Amino acid sequence: MNLFNWFSRGSAPIARERLQILLAHERNERNQPDLLGVLREEILTVISRHVAFDPDKVQIKMDRGKSISTLAVDIEIPNSFGAPAEASQQRRPRTKRLRSDSARTMNQRVA
Amino acid sequence: MKDKKSARVVVVTSGKGGVGKTTSTAALGAALAHLGEKVVVIDFDVGLRNLDLVMGAERRVVFDLINVIHGVAKLPQALIRDKRLENLHLLPASQTRDKDALTEEGIAKVIAELRSKFDWIICDSPAGIERGATLAMRYADAAIIVTNPEVSSVRDSDRIIGLLDSKTDKAERGECVDKHLLVTRYHPWRAARGEMLAIDDVLEILSVPLLGIIPESEEVLRASNVGSPVTLNSPASPPARAYFEAARRLKGETIPIHVPSESRGIFNKLFGRKAA
Repeated sequence: MNLFNWFSRGSAPIARERLQILLAHERNERNQPDLLGVLREEILTVISRHVAFDPDKVQIKMDRGKSISTLAVDIEIPNSFGAPAEASQQRRPRTKRLRSDSARTMNQRVA
Repeated sequence: MKDKKSARVVVVTSGKGGVGKTTSTAALGAALAHLGEKVVVIDFDVGLRNLDLVMGAERRVVFDLINVIHGVAKLPQALIRDKRLENLHLLPASQTRDKDALTEEGIAKVIAELRSKFDWIICDSPAGIERGATLAMRYADAAIIVTNPEVSSVRDSDRIIGLLDSKTDKAERGECVDKHLLVTRYHPWRAARGEMLAIDDVLEILSVPLLGIIPESEEVLRASNVGSPVTLNSPASPPARAYFEAARRLKGETIPIHVPSESRGIFNKLFGRKAA
């Protein structure tokens, strides 16, 4: 066993590599403690200028991938909303979803 | 270099439990006291105190940190003077209260009072990243991050470094806590065989200057068993020498760090690996 190990490469390089990847990820998250919260607030502020919606029917999701991350914003807008006048051309008869479709497609390609 | 009337506050922290915070606090505190410094070591592990036991003062605890914070006892009443070194003192944690009994204002007051009386205030942090740990680092000027060369310990150390850079009094004032890495339980032969993270790996990952490398040794366990810091119990042993050097580096001396190497004979190499 001892002699065998002597010639084999130990597991330390694997530990080192795993740690480097993990900590790079964790440090990134630590530096942006509430990125999603900030994004949510600012995106909703902009949208609410043009359309009225129920803040409870908003979903914001971020998926972090290895090479790209995706941000999905899903806002449910009722048909009977009382929107400000300048937003009228954006109205559609059915529930509307604003979604970053292109990002999602990219994500699927990577996955 | 150092004003005798204003102690340097050092927190010994790690995130992960069982890596050697208490052992290192006792060993470094005793080493600094042995070098002529006036030292107080404070146990912040409320409810799970152990610094008293490791230092052999468990039967001399009358009052504790919480008592002082609550005004039940005066600070000098709670300080326990070490029987071996007269300039080494211990402020024990409470064993019965819970950690919510610690308050930021209370700690600030105790630290301020100690600062005028000691050269070094060494705070032994509890494991974790909860209240006890953040309060232990709250007023620190410097931090000793105790890390084992092992994945979970290194990860938790990284987390603690993040807290030191954001949740301490110094960080909130826009300053920086001096950070030092103390690698403990280092097995030279395991590192040499690539079974254990090497010192360079840990340093590269954590990017914190190295204070010392404490080799794994039965002397450390023996010292705990008899209730004496390893730097007093067996000062010539490899771990004690490493702690003494770390203490001198903490004081500002420049001493080259040597990575413990495999200094075992051929007999041990072949047959004695398990007997650390």
